[in-house]
Amino acid sequence: MSDLPHLAFVGPSIDWWALLPQMILLGAALLILLVSALAPQRTSSGLATVITLCAAVTAYIVALGLWSDVKTEGPSATVASALGVDGFSIFFTILILVALAATALLAHNYLDREDIDPPEFHALLLCSAAGAIVMASANDLIVMFLGLEALSIALYVMIAMHARRPEARESAMKYFVLGAFSSAFLLYGIALTYGSTGSTNLVHVRDYLDAVVFRDQHLLMAAMALLLVGFSFKVAAAPFHFWAPDVYQGAPSPVTGWMASIAKAAGFAALLRVFFAAFASHDADWTPIVAVLAFLTLLVGAVMAILQTDVKRMLAFSSISHAGYVLVAVQSASANGTSAALFYLFTYTFMVLGSFAIIGAMGVDGEHPLDRYAGLGRSRPVLAMAFTILLLAQAGVPLTSGFVGKFQVIAAAVEGRGYLLASVAMLSAVIGAFMYLRIVMAMYVVDDGVEGPSPTVHWTVSIVLIGVVGFTLLIGIVPQFLIEFAEDAVPVLIRG
Amino acid sequence: MIELFASQNASSFPVLNAIIIVPAMGALVVVLLPNSRPEMMRPIGAIFASIAAAMSLYVMTQFSSHDPAFQFESIQSWIPALGINWHVGVDGISLWLVVLTGLITPIVLLGVDPHHDPKPYTAWLLLLQAGSFGAFLALDLFLFFVMFEIVLVPMYMLIGGWGYDDRRYAATKFFLYTMAGSALMLVAIVSVATLSAGDQGITFSVIELAERQALSTNTARLCFLAFALAFIIKVPVFPMHTWLPDAHTQAPTAGSVVLAAVMLKLGTYGLLRFGLYLFPEASVWSAPTLATLGVIGVIYGAIVAAMQKDLKRLVAYSSVAHMGFIVLGIFAFTTQSLEGGVLQMVNHGLSTGALFLLVGMLYERRKTRAIEELSGIQSAAPIFAGFFTIVMLSSIGVPGLNGFVGEFLVLIGSYETRRWWTIIAAAGVILAALYLLWAYQRVFHGEPTPTDEATPDLTLREGLILAPFVAGILFLGIYPKPLLDRIEPAVDVLIAHIEDHSDYERPSPAAPVVVDLDQLGEDGH
Repeated sequence: MSDLPHLAFVGPSIDWWALLPQMILLGAALLILLVSALAPQRTSSGLATVITLCAAVTAYIVALGLWSDVKTEGPSATVASALGVDGFSIFFTILILVALAATALLAHNYLDREDIDPPEFHALLLCSAAGAIVMASANDLIVMFLGLEALSIALYVMIAMHARRPEARESAMKYFVLGAFSSAFLLYGIALTYGSTGSTNLVHVRDYLDAVVFRDQHLLMAAMALLLVGFSFKVAAAPFHFWAPDVYQGAPSPVTGWMASIAKAAGFAALLRVFFAAFASHDADWTPIVAVLAFLTLLVGAVMAILQTDVKRMLAFSSISHAGYVLVAVQSASANGTSAALFYLFTYTFMVLGSFAIIGAMGVDGEHPLDRYAGLGRSRPVLAMAFTILLLAQAGVPLTSGFVGKFQVIAAAVEGRGYLLASVAMLSAVIGAFMYLRIVMAMYVVDDGVEGPSPTVHWTVSIVLIGVVGFTLLIGIVPQFLIEFAEDAVPVLIRG
Repeated sequence: MIELFASQNASSFPVLNAIIIVPAMGALVVVLLPNSRPEMMRPIGAIFASIAAAMSLYVMTQFSSHDPAFQFESIQSWIPALGINWHVGVDGISLWLVVLTGLITPIVLLGVDPHHDPKPYTAWLLLLQAGSFGAFLALDLFLFFVMFEIVLVPMYMLIGGWGYDDRRYAATKFFLYTMAGSALMLVAIVSVATLSAGDQGITFSVIELAERQALSTNTARLCFLAFALAFIIKVPVFPMHTWLPDAHTQAPTAGSVVLAAVMLKLGTYGLLRFGLYLFPEASVWSAPTLATLGVIGVIYGAIVAAMQKDLKRLVAYSSVAHMGFIVLGIFAFTTQSLEGGVLQMVNHGLSTGALFLLVGMLYERRKTRAIEELSGIQSAAPIFAGFFTIVMLSSIGVPGLNGFVGEFLVLIGSYETRRWWTIIAAAGVILAALYLLWAYQRVFHGEPTPTDEATPDLTLREGLILAPFVAGILFLGIYPKPLLDRIEPAVDVLIAHIEDHSDYERPSPAAPVVVDLDQLGEDGH
């Protein structure tokens, strides 16, 4: 008996406080499933939304506490350096929680309207949020992969929840097959990283790459290429974007907003942590590839967007183009570039959530032709103005957050002497602007006598719209605090 | 506000900030007014526009005329993380454009009836005024870019919401053309700021960057080209002018007036303030090309204007010709040519603005702008014809009216450095007389049809709207000295700055010709 402790497995020390946000979300998911099994259906619908919101707010408060810890004591890591607690992880935690609350509000009325089972939806939403947070804070490639799968598997189901719509099932299938495909790439890349550096832990990978000069780095190059392909699938960067328009179009609008904002942000978080933080010493090898991806993504997104006639599909392509801007910032491989990418992702999340909220309110039957928006400026001037502000922000018009984001991306590219890429980024903004203006035109310029549509906008959707439009304008006019937040959130790899 | 009028000390109240903010606040107030009182929108908007106008007049009176530096300067930290400040100031070049912007907006707001949706119309016009003020007053490149871009949105909405049949196409073309030009300018702005940073830290201050002159020759030239592209699209200089006739023709009258009087000036003002000032060497290097484009614009605009069937399109093309003159003046780099250029910006604002108002009034009466459908209006509407004649003569450049002073200064100044360009451009003056008088002849003379005879004459209200324009046209034609006194120091300093930073030297004043009478007498015999 006395020698048993020597044989027992000694687990790594765990800082439960740092894991609390994820645990709150997963606990809330379980609570929702429990409540829905016990409570009658009508009550559980509202209850699910309330529980999700409460979980988001509680986790948000915990995240703020963690943030002040990081401010005073510096970044740390826990669970044997597998999870990092730094400005970067908290930045994304906060972003994900804000988007979670907004999506829960948007889904509240949408699920009733479309007759989707609310408790399951909210439970999956919470799971995917927890997965996204794990992805953004993972310091270990395997943990990152677990987070990615938690996020993705929940999304597969959420997309398919529109049981009556065949296109929803089709897009879920498409996302599932291609998602599994990209996960395989990613996993293979992780395996090759392990092969070339002897660890999957990013802290170790970075130290190893700093210390060792490879005589033959083919294996590492292959690992980087495969990881990049895997992440490019997740963030829908060209030429790995083909799934995105179909999936975005077929998915329920709140889920589309959630995917375009958070699935993308989490993918970029992982990309930045792996490439900017861990592969920093080999940036000469990966930045040219990212630059090419950025170039293709910008142009494909912008050009394809103007060829569309369906508003939801237009915004799906424009979302691809926005990933291109973030890639422009990523390829500069500098602290300024990374904070520009973070700023861009943060502000874009708000714009895209608001845009898909309006699209969700407008497309009751799942159809989103441009004609349907004709005269919205006359029949619902406030809603039309909100949509206009969100669209102009995405086009990068000044006094909106979109302009400040683009400005920082351009500044980061220019600082890294990427003048050509900066110019291409700005020109693709002009191409994209044509598409946004088409929607604005449709809303405002109509012949006399045309009655605009009058969609019903539930009060939960109105709250979200007021929030996102207000935030977009506020950051457009006084961006200082968010810039500082993004500057403090550049990822660092710490051994726990 | 009380402080503003009570104290003579201009530095105590940031009047330039107030000029920008008051119309923007006005727009907000108008938006929040209840929809049940549509007739209240324009008067309330006009109050805010007039307060801004009064403040611009106050700046004019307090402006010290022989000081070439920026006055009423005000700096507030805006985005310290990126080195960006809210930095505004006014000098002799921007002063008159600010006054013009201030006076034009309340006039068109009260004078031109939008026919529907007065609330958004008023709000957009006020935002347009605020943005134009901001662009003319900005001394920070970031702030300038923000204002330069933001004015597109209200103009786009005005054309789209209150324009004529083809407004969709015209509004989108206008927006995309201008945005495409400024896209590369943003890259250049960031490049200039980043590359000039050095040890002194990043700044977007125009004054600071112009002093540093830290860029290598080739980089500066590339950046200048990016700036110049944005501005020549805005001016517009041939061959970037194609958006202008569409935008002008499809825009509602108020939009056309503000577009011609204020927004086109953003281009020429930008060339002066940011092209010549930031990149003196590159401006000298590119001057022959840009002056050539300006002269082509003068001739091309005049010829195409003569061919137009639509009166509004004709005025739009005459704008291309007039703006070409200004560009020639700017790239001739003499005190007189630059002075003439700046004065001509104001003149063009008055005469073309008034022409668009008159064409708009004619359209209100006849629901047509086609020259061939109009004839003999003079006998039916003699006062209207009289106003049209004065404005048209000003646009032609007849002595005694303002157009003559500006064109004459441009020509006489440019002749010293760009002789052949000037000789060709002078032909444009004759062409202007040709197309405008021909159009006048077809529309106002001739045999009136019964519908022409029924054209009502100018009302008192319309006369009051036009009166300030005509007063300005006459005043500047007879006594332009107050303007020139304030413009001259600023352009002199600008030319000295160009001389300091490039190998350009302005021609020394020609020695006076001394005629030897004895010699003359001997030769005579």
